[in-house]
Amino acid sequence: MKTTETPAPLPAESGAPITKTDVPPPAPPKEKKEGTVLNVFSHGVLVIWAFMVVLPLLWAVMTSFKDDRSIFSSPWSLPDSLHFDNWSRAWTQANMSDYFLNTVLVVGGSLIGTLVLGSMAAYVLARFDFPGNRFIYFLFIGGMSFPIMLALVPLFYVVNNMGLLNTIHGLILVYIAYSLPFTVFFLTAFFRTLPTSIAEAAFVDGASHSRTFFQIMLPMAKPGLISVGIFNFLGQWNQYMLPTVLNTDPDKRVLTQGLVQLAVSQGYKGDWSGLFAGLVMAMLPVLAAYIIFQRQVVQGLTAGALK
Amino acid sequence: MQHGKYRFIVGFLALPLGLYALFVVWPFIQSIYYSFTDWTGLSPEFKMVGFDNYSRMLDDDIFWKSLQHSLLFALLLPVVTIGLALFFAFMINVGGRKRRNGPVITGVRGSGFYKIVYFFPQVLSIAIVALLFAFAYNPDSGAINSLLRGIGLGDVQPLWLGDPDLALWAVMGVLVWSTVGFFVVLFSAGMASIPAEMYEAALLDGANRVTTFFRVTLPLLWDTVQSGWVYMGILALGAESFAVVQIMTTGPGGPDYSTTVMVLYVYQKAFRDGQAAYATTIGVALLVVTLAFAAVVMRLGRRERLEY
Repeated sequence: MKTTETPAPLPAESGAPITKTDVPPPAPPKEKKEGTVLNVFSHGVLVIWAFMVVLPLLWAVMTSFKDDRSIFSSPWSLPDSLHFDNWSRAWTQANMSDYFLNTVLVVGGSLIGTLVLGSMAAYVLARFDFPGNRFIYFLFIGGMSFPIMLALVPLFYVVNNMGLLNTIHGLILVYIAYSLPFTVFFLTAFFRTLPTSIAEAAFVDGASHSRTFFQIMLPMAKPGLISVGIFNFLGQWNQYMLPTVLNTDPDKRVLTQGLVQLAVSQGYKGDWSGLFAGLVMAMLPVLAAYIIFQRQVVQGLTAGALK
Repeated sequence: MQHGKYRFIVGFLALPLGLYALFVVWPFIQSIYYSFTDWTGLSPEFKMVGFDNYSRMLDDDIFWKSLQHSLLFALLLPVVTIGLALFFAFMINVGGRKRRNGPVITGVRGSGFYKIVYFFPQVLSIAIVALLFAFAYNPDSGAINSLLRGIGLGDVQPLWLGDPDLALWAVMGVLVWSTVGFFVVLFSAGMASIPAEMYEAALLDGANRVTTFFRVTLPLLWDTVQSGWVYMGILALGAESFAVVQIMTTGPGGPDYSTTVMVLYVYQKAFRDGQAAYATTIGVALLVVTLAFAAVVMRLGRRERLEY
């Protein structure tokens, strides 16, 4: 959203072009003024956007402590008293605890699976020359730019025929499969940067290929695994489209799905404060984790795009 | 290193590749095949119908609306998001006051703080963001309209998601809100790696900040901008737009199909209307649009790579 402020006053181009032979003495007042105007302007714009980011989040937190009536009558007023019962109602009656558990199980399983399978495939593709290597690599990374929804229509029936529909392990397998393109792409590049000499030495000493991989290469690849692990964790924790299509059993719902269903069903239940408590409950752990592991999270999420 | 090499390669690739082929590649191939059938998805029987689904699609007004909206998403969202992000990132990294004896170009005070805050929406699920804004947009009790009343704009009370002319823009605003921060951080990292001498040289030559931005910062950052562009476009055509439109709008896709997008239409045809074959046809159209978008951006954006 554009702010309505006037654009930055452009500092007037200095009248005479500065040439190397005729360097004028620096004009401190003008430069200072330019710096100050720009500084005030940039701070102003940046503060406005910071408010626009934080305000909706604060509003949600505030609303989660209010009773239903004041949510509707005065959305911006502070809660008259802190209604912690919203939170306990959301946790027990609105099944937030089940949704949390399902999400933890699904994401835990998929994250481990993604990292293990992804690093195995990436290692082979990065370090071994064999016919079809390039083809398999491009098959994997091609998955990053294809619209997933196209595959989801037949996938629903594939998963159904295998008896995996509405199961936690079925969802885990699908999450892994759809996380592999980026994981393979990222880790292949990472394994290529690791020195070859150590692995060769281990091999000469009689270690098998798989032992070399698990005991030497994987520990060396730890920074890459952490980055891609954070990327996948957030992607899988926040996943909405895959469970919406493949996970229609109310008991197996993950957090995002559960909240959306909760919002839909509030049409006749009318427990809005409980819903807001659920929303904030789902937001806070990720935000807290982000603030604590800020540097790693940013690195993990931007690493792919900087390659 | 020949000993047992192929056994090892096969052993390591079998599981990931098998899973990927079964759950990703095979469904993609199947759905292209299904687009030439009359499969409903409800029963296993179907027969080939040639291009019937495709000719039906070309006569489908809702399809054209969804295509139009998806194209608008893919073209406009990256422009707005990346434009804003470049502006913020430049302010954060270069907009600072010149300090005595300090470097020529400095970031604003508290640049770290801004980067942390701006990144908040990126770690939240788009589904949660969409829910939050669905409430905020509520015309009577939502945060936005009551804020407008609070600052004395009681006459300006748009219906937001209820207004067919406004709903699509309201949805797009949410996507911008949730993605700008990611690009600010991405571009900041890129700007930080540009050597300070480049800026010093530009300033010595009499360039002001605007010129510096367009002549120094942007060209050196071009690769990042371009891949960010493709990334954002794919998101805007796919998963992100599905979540926001499906969660926020009435219908979903309404009012009066004013917010429907291709990815949502595929979902509705397949899982609501029992027309799986037709859904895959629209899905194929979405695939074509996505690949064409990526190809055009890569092509138009091609420039000589600047090494520094």
